[in-house]
Amino acid sequence: MKRHWNRRRKVVLYTVLMALVVLAAFAYGALIPESAAAPDFSQAKLPPSLAHPFGTDWLGRDLFLRTLKGLSVSLTVGVAASLISAVAAVLIGIAAATGSRAVDGVITWIIDLVMGVPHTVLVILISFACGRGLKGLLAGIALTHWTGLARLIRAEVLQLRSQPYIAVSRRLGKSSGWILTRHLLPHLVPQFFVGLILMFPHAILHEASISFLGYGLPPEQPAIGIILAESMKYLSAGMWWLAVCPGLLLVAVVLLIDRLGENLRRIVDPYSAQE
Amino acid sequence: MNEKKPLLEISDLSVSFLMYDGSLERSSLQVISNLSLTVHPGEILAVAGSSGSGKSLLASAILGILPGNASVEGAMRYGGEPLTPERQKVLRGGEIALVPQSVAYLDPLMKVGRQADGHKKPRPTAERRALFRRFGLPEETEGLYPFQLSGGMARRVLVSTALLSNARLVIADEPTPGMSLDQAKEALRMFRDLADEGRSVILITHDIDLAFDFADRVAVFYAGTTVETAPAADFRRGPEALRHPYSRALWSALPQNGFTPIDGFQPYAGSLPAGCLFAPRCPLRTAACEAGTPPMRDIRGGEVRCIHAT
Amino acid sequence: MRLEANKLRFRYDRRSPWVLDGVDFSVSAGERTAIVAPSGFGKSTLALLLAGYLSPTGGQVLLDGAPLPKKGLCPVQLIYQHPERAINPRWRLRQVLEESGSLDSAVLASFGIEAQWLDRFPRELSGGELQRFCVARALMSGAPFLICDEISTMLDVITQAQIWNRILAEAEKRGMGLVAVTHNMALAKRVCTRVFDLEKREYLAL
Repeated sequence: MKRHWNRRRKVVLYTVLMALVVLAAFAYGALIPESAAAPDFSQAKLPPSLAHPFGTDWLGRDLFLRTLKGLSVSLTVGVAASLISAVAAVLIGIAAATGSRAVDGVITWIIDLVMGVPHTVLVILISFACGRGLKGLLAGIALTHWTGLARLIRAEVLQLRSQPYIAVSRRLGKSSGWILTRHLLPHLVPQFFVGLILMFPHAILHEASISFLGYGLPPEQPAIGIILAESMKYLSAGMWWLAVCPGLLLVAVVLLIDRLGENLRRIVDPYSAQE
Repeated sequence: MNEKKPLLEISDLSVSFLMYDGSLERSSLQVISNLSLTVHPGEILAVAGSSGSGKSLLASAILGILPGNASVEGAMRYGGEPLTPERQKVLRGGEIALVPQSVAYLDPLMKVGRQADGHKKPRPTAERRALFRRFGLPEETEGLYPFQLSGGMARRVLVSTALLSNARLVIADEPTPGMSLDQAKEALRMFRDLADEGRSVILITHDIDLAFDFADRVAVFYAGTTVETAPAADFRRGPEALRHPYSRALWSALPQNGFTPIDGFQPYAGSLPAGCLFAPRCPLRTAACEAGTPPMRDIRGGEVRCIHAT
Repeated sequence: MRLEANKLRFRYDRRSPWVLDGVDFSVSAGERTAIVAPSGFGKSTLALLLAGYLSPTGGQVLLDGAPLPKKGLCPVQLIYQHPERAINPRWRLRQVLEESGSLDSAVLASFGIEAQWLDRFPRELSGGELQRFCVARALMSGAPFLICDEISTMLDVITQAQIWNRILAEAEKRGMGLVAVTHNMALAKRVCTRVFDLEKREYLAL
């Protein structure tokens, strides 16, 4: 049995599951009528049941649907922040590896500096400084998460530059720009995507925790962090499902993305490609 | 030739790998097929063939260190007893030693002098020092780490390591590339000394001309199987003494002989032809050759896998 | 045309030992010279210097009296010992060949490069086949000088003979200058008209 679940099949499975999650989260807005998630005081404070898989909150809103909506917000914020971060990381990584020693030195120093600060603190500070809300959140996450990928890209490019075929290319008359676009970038594209996918869980979790702490999205936008924050008030009243259900869903989605990214990374990494 | 009981007997060995062929599917790749080989005590058997013919995998198969996705069929006997995985584990490094292709097999954190001494002798031995000297390695070499050695020096250290062990069977996987002619001859001379002491050496190489001078018998590999096994003297005499068309082609392609190659390439493990594996390139090809794998026949003191051999 | 190395000295940096210490060497168009020496004597370094992959620490490498060009197609092309390192593993082989200019079907045919290989990736071919691509790429660039650094050491004797016979034919046809770095004296004598011993710093009588 184990033979069937090899790495490539796992990737396909995770991708399909992920697609389902995304579809569910975003289809909410399109397919499900407002009324289904509207407050209904007759249904308030119900624990999970077949009619309401995640139960209902204190306003009678179906928690499952509300969580799905929150998921869509979290995913959007996560993707946006990760994209900005990843693109910045690639540009910075290439600049460090192809620039002069001075440029490389400065960039490496900045990377070490940013990585040295506990990044949750940094995210909070930045989003606070940018005035909270969506803009602040995006800035906070993007400005702190580029470092890992930048280092990776820098190492990749440095290693690629020392390959004999790059030297051959130069001796055949190709310019540096040509070598960058035709030789280096194709190597970096898989790393870019893997780095991007691995950043999502971070971004989503950060969004959840920052919003939970009150520094992120405004309460009208029901991101999962907000949902969790609001549920804290009702925990002592015994309404455990208000925190546990969205929390578990968040963990499950984050784990799914992380596993997908990890498996992709193992496939892309040439040392493990012999399976 | 040698009436003593064989030390190692391999019969009908086949090794195949489960590999990804680029898509999401796995397929089976036959890299060694129907290989039969015997090694007698006190003899050097040279295994000659091009890269991709499966000869290095033979070393791994004998030692039992094939990768996890390999499947092995056929029988191997060592010292008269079947060579099981448990026996392989006990014997390798001890009675069966390997001189590997690259310095990557050495411990990168240990100085080479100590590694050559082996795990059992912590003090540098006079024997090891003498061996390093014979190979032209300077005094300081024993204090270097593997990554500091040049290719040729690394090879000489690897050969010394095996020569110093008490192995009864030494498998040398391409021991000579990178060495000067004198050093290569020195290395082979030492394998010869080992053999004269009663130990056996399997010399895997594609430097066939060197092999002819020092080996007792030569097994010619092609596309994962042996096509001819003959006394080395036959290879020194010339193509008329050889039996298989491929052996003759090898002889004629050497720069000191005709330097005339035959056309074509060795087939891949994934696209082996039906019937005789050499048939597509063979000047003696007939329809009968494609019918099935020719059996090994005994001819004039050697074995050959060809229906047209005389 | 004449490619020469005058009093060539080279070391990787100030703390490393000298790899080459005052070497004089030359080869003219139409000549074939072998460079032999045991490993560790700097044969490959000399090859890299002659093809412009490294800059000399001392002395000069001159082509017809002028230093090798730093940009543009270098008139001296080098073929490495390990073809898999000289080819981008993510490129299809057609792209690899086109890097030196448009495809010359005569050259491809003479090296036995089949059309179906052009769409494959390097990992799908063997060392011998990849080496044919490297040689074809160097020849198709039109460079008048070719430096072969142990190009057939890793190959079996039949592939070695196939590739060298074709190189010799092309070199003869175009009047190219050829340098063959090798440790195999039989090959050196068969392929070249002169042999330079890098250890003894002299041309050997053949």
